[in-house]
Amino acid sequence: MPYRLGVDVGGTFTDLLLIDEASGATHRAKVPSTPADQSVGVLAGILQLCEAAGVDPGAITHLVHGTTVATNAVLEGKGAKVGLVVTKGYRQVLQVARSFVPGGLAGWIIWPKPTPLALLEDTVEADERVAATGEVLRPLDEDALVERLRELGRRGVEAVTVSFVNAFANDAQERRAEELCAAELPDLPVSLSSKILPEIREYERTLTTVANSYVRPAVSRYIGSLERELAARGIGARLHILRSDGGLMPTDVARAAPVTMLVSGPAGGVAGAVWIAQQAGFENLLTLDMGGTSTDVALVQYGRTAVGRETSVGDLTLRASSIDVRTVGAGGGSIAHVPELTKALRVGPQSAGAEPGPAAYGRGGTEPTVTDANLVLGYLPPALLGGEMALDEEAAYAAVAKVSEALGLDVTRTAAGIVDIVNEHMYGALRLVSVQQGYDPRDYALVAFGGAGPLHANALGRLMGSWPVIIPPSPGVLCAYGDATTRLVDEAAKTFIRRFSETSDEEVSALLTSLAEEAAATLDAEGVPRAEQSLSLQADVRYHGQGFEVPIDLDQLGPGLLAGAGERFDAEHTRLFTFALDAEHELVNLRATVRGAPPSVVAERLEEGGPDPAPAATGRRRIWVDGGEVEATVYDRARLRAGNVVAGPAILTEMDSTTLVLPGHAGSVDPFGNVLIRPIPSEEH
Amino acid sequence: MATIVEAAPTALEPVAIDPVTLDLIENALRNARYEMDAVLFRTAMSPGIREQHDEFPLIADHEGRMVVGQFGSFIGGFLDNYDGTVEEGDVFLTSDPYACDGAISHANDWLVLLPIYFRGRLVGWGAMFGHVTDVGGKVPGSLPTDARSIFEEGVVIPPLKLYRRGELAEDALRLILNQVRMKEWNRSDLNAIVAACRTAARRVVELCERFGADVYLSACGALLERNRRAMAQLIQTTIAEERLTFTDYVDDDGLGHGPYRIHCTMWREGERAILDFTGTDPQSEGPVNFYLNVNMLKMFFGIYMIMVFDPQILWNDGFYPLVEVRIPEGSFLRPRYPAALSCRTHALGRIFDILGGLLGQRQPEFLNAAGFSSSPHLMYSGFDRRGEWFQLYQIGFGGIPGRPFGDGPDGHSLWPSFTNVPNEFLEAYFPLVIESYETVADSGGPGFYRGGNGIDIAYRFLEPGTISIHDDRWFTYPWGVNGGLPGARSRKLLVRVGGGEEILPSKCDNVRVEPGDVLHYVTWGGGGWGDPYDRDPALVALEVDRGLVTLEGARRYGVVLEAREDAPPAVDVPATERLREQLRAARGKVQVFDFGPSIDELRASCLAETGLAPPAPPVFR
Repeated sequence: MPYRLGVDVGGTFTDLLLIDEASGATHRAKVPSTPADQSVGVLAGILQLCEAAGVDPGAITHLVHGTTVATNAVLEGKGAKVGLVVTKGYRQVLQVARSFVPGGLAGWIIWPKPTPLALLEDTVEADERVAATGEVLRPLDEDALVERLRELGRRGVEAVTVSFVNAFANDAQERRAEELCAAELPDLPVSLSSKILPEIREYERTLTTVANSYVRPAVSRYIGSLERELAARGIGARLHILRSDGGLMPTDVARAAPVTMLVSGPAGGVAGAVWIAQQAGFENLLTLDMGGTSTDVALVQYGRTAVGRETSVGDLTLRASSIDVRTVGAGGGSIAHVPELTKALRVGPQSAGAEPGPAAYGRGGTEPTVTDANLVLGYLPPALLGGEMALDEEAAYAAVAKVSEALGLDVTRTAAGIVDIVNEHMYGALRLVSVQQGYDPRDYALVAFGGAGPLHANALGRLMGSWPVIIPPSPGVLCAYGDATTRLVDEAAKTFIRRFSETSDEEVSALLTSLAEEAAATLDAEGVPRAEQSLSLQADVRYHGQGFEVPIDLDQLGPGLLAGAGERFDAEHTRLFTFALDAEHELVNLRATVRGAPPSVVAERLEEGGPDPAPAATGRRRIWVDGGEVEATVYDRARLRAGNVVAGPAILTEMDSTTLVLPGHAGSVDPFGNVLIRPIPSEEH
Repeated sequence: MATIVEAAPTALEPVAIDPVTLDLIENALRNARYEMDAVLFRTAMSPGIREQHDEFPLIADHEGRMVVGQFGSFIGGFLDNYDGTVEEGDVFLTSDPYACDGAISHANDWLVLLPIYFRGRLVGWGAMFGHVTDVGGKVPGSLPTDARSIFEEGVVIPPLKLYRRGELAEDALRLILNQVRMKEWNRSDLNAIVAACRTAARRVVELCERFGADVYLSACGALLERNRRAMAQLIQTTIAEERLTFTDYVDDDGLGHGPYRIHCTMWREGERAILDFTGTDPQSEGPVNFYLNVNMLKMFFGIYMIMVFDPQILWNDGFYPLVEVRIPEGSFLRPRYPAALSCRTHALGRIFDILGGLLGQRQPEFLNAAGFSSSPHLMYSGFDRRGEWFQLYQIGFGGIPGRPFGDGPDGHSLWPSFTNVPNEFLEAYFPLVIESYETVADSGGPGFYRGGNGIDIAYRFLEPGTISIHDDRWFTYPWGVNGGLPGARSRKLLVRVGGGEEILPSKCDNVRVEPGDVLHYVTWGGGGWGDPYDRDPALVALEVDRGLVTLEGARRYGVVLEAREDAPPAVDVPATERLREQLRAARGKVQVFDFGPSIDELRASCLAETGLAPPAPPVFR
């Protein structure tokens, strides 16, 4: 019996989902994460899950893993000491960056001076130069470089990045430098900008490659120790790592280019949401993943997630493909405050985090958070995590009272205001991925997950006009679902700046074909037969003279390729910016993406139970909603059955989440356990 | 006086706004303002707007008061002067500073304004201006350093309807574009600016649909009022009734005269702050005059004040009645028509130094050193070997000053959202190679917090052509504060391919360059903040190791370092203590400002130190 295992390591918990590939039966486990060495928690989880499920760990054929090892190295500033080798004259490329100071007029007064990811004292020059055309203007001075590399060795660098000007156009001198590194600094991993990001723009390419070097030792250590532990326990499963763009990659690729897995966390959530919503019959989605400190949103069209060309982690923005997720600093732990000067009610971006957490958690927090406001309004049960964690209603009330005094409102209305404002922040993020990209949110269903998402989802559905609002089963382990149901992906790209009139369908087709071969080779090595591989081609296109390019999908190679790309670009430009220009089109980057076949996982079905949800009701509670007090029915979600229809106002409680169904809305339970919330038509007027 | 046409004129029914609704609308307006930027950046073509973000957006209420944005609201004055109708679907365009009270201050800034209607009722205005690369005239880039009137500075567009009830005025546009060198850039920049303003209009209409027009407009009023209240309190607590003054300079006018004095006196009368520029020099014959919009100055002033207290506050006009700005007619900051205006960037930037110097005199939390208060330009144009015209316009960056908050970043922008253009991008599009792009060690003023370093960009030209340079602070120093020393001045050096070096003036046009010539465009450093002799010697040593300060430069911090083979420099502790003691004794009491030598001393040493003759004192008519 082949089994597929999804493992998602989060900050607090490691979620595991074991799927019997034949029957679709699933087994879940949630174990504490072990931040010092994540593999300890992963192994413990696997053994615990297999034992509980009565499955021989040796029967796991695929282990698919989303890990935050790389993300944490960046967020905690605990990456490697990176030595950077640049072209002579560009030693301060990271120091000067893009000269950009955030924060608007006079923002410089309070902007902290950032320290580059590769320290300036660990940056050395190579005497060499390539022109934008790829022509070598000055050959590499190898003797001088060897001297500089020895200096980096003395300085104790742990990884090396080589990033030469215009290396996207000619990588020969970077490759020669790599050989010299291998000879002089034999134990250090070397990353080349022409391999990690062969695209124009020296700062972005250098930074992205340095980030790759920065996380590389940590990722390599982690994967190595995980592989050793698995082997020691006789688990021969093929290990794949989740990428930021939602695809999977083999471990050797992950070790060489870990920058592609920097934001795999949100990617797992979105992939899980896509899979589960597809079961329910929806493929146009907005996803809302609300956690303690932040919320991630994304747009999914026809079951495909938009993949953006930028990845942001903390303050770092890199050029690496990732699911186009927007993050706002609004979560359950976001703190409400009223600045003395303006008397405005602000929520976030400061967060009470996990420690001390909201006042209601009784761990010493006294600042009013979104969770406290939800408790004051009556939306949360008296205890969370199946009763393990009691909530302190008085403390929440006292915390919210602090801002209500400053605001001159009563405590309940203040709490409602806090919830309205945090909803507005998320509404802004959802608009960013929909309306502002030219998509009408009314054509999309809203999938809400994460610990806090289901509580706010109905209100957001109402703001966006996005129906139904879908609350998947076990919203807390959706990431592991995503991990287990995604497929292998590899991508090859090249900068190729040409006006359409300067190239031809044949030339572009030939380039794309060779890129496709390159990407396919990775999947070949993983044993994916060509028949199961699917190829998609993209070009980044702009009007000649513009500085911002739009990724365009290409349907066909050969005759008509450029004409088709031009038409599609005009349409995209119009959708995004309301107008097209009568200007010449220009190619910037070409990209080939090869995907393996999706795993054949069947979703588990819930027992049928008819429309009446009464057997799942556990009580009634007064809640404050839409400016008044109403009585809501409380349901135990685990006891809801397929076909049940829950009329709002209602609260659905489960182990790791709470769902609020507003008055005038009803949630129906589908065969897979999703709750689909829609307005009740008769009450719409 | 404009006539506003409304299909369904409706008087505002004021509605009481609860604080939560107010915050929702504030938040939505803020998002709309950033969306305007995003639309512009992605679709504009000229590098100045596209990559460097030289643009300013605004959303105003039905009365023309800015509720969110980043420039002085001019709509009231505009309507007073415009003789015609305002109708739904109209889009106005102007580039005439004299027609909009200086809301834009030279003809390169193209300003678009459109009324926003909701169900036939005027509910607001969207506006944005951006610096277009070329507007014709005698030199590429349209900023002639020797212009003596605005007629030499290219096409000046009077306020006109670019769209009349939704219909494009094709002939007017053709007439305008026929005057400029880079038609396609101007056309698409203009398209982009209009698209950004229409984005603002759509968002305002959505807010009216969601909340109702009366709620929306009442909320705008409440946001203006909230801003006024906040600023009233700030002004009361931070501006004294006693008069404070500050003086700074624009070094020269491009015609060999200078420096020009900008002088401001600040005090408070009741709840109002007064900023009086009496004592500022009369207008220049050259193009360095800066037609200063009063509301823009109020906004700069307010932003400096509030940045520290509630950076989340939404910028608007609400506090404008609390600030009075007095600018003498015919002065450098309010020249009479048709004075030349194109090179006003230096005075515009210098205003920030002056505000900082004024506000910081009583409040150390505001006191920053003199910064990179300008946006120096380089133009390079000609015909390439295929016979195609190329025209580069690039903004330079330099040292952010030392601040109470910490060291000034090296080679960064004082202007919001400006970024440099990737060098690979420049090399792909223009016939040049950028040989080096580095900050200049020791150019940041020493201090407890160091001023940021200026940048040295070395451009090697590959085609014959001409260059223009616009810079300043080559003569006066970017001053330091609280014991911090001034930053280094700017300079421009042209190394000819056949040998020989030429020092170029800070402002010049039509300099011929040949393939292989290398221009070193060196910008100035930020002033230092606080006593450099208190800076941690280990940090000074680290910065020497980083190449941001030299071994010799470390002595200006009183730090003696020992250079070591194969290891970072080490601090010689006893020698450092001795040197610091000597330097402290020689300096005496720490002054609040260190401007460097006096103007007379600067004149005397100018040729020897800069390689350029000192500017002659300006002659005023």
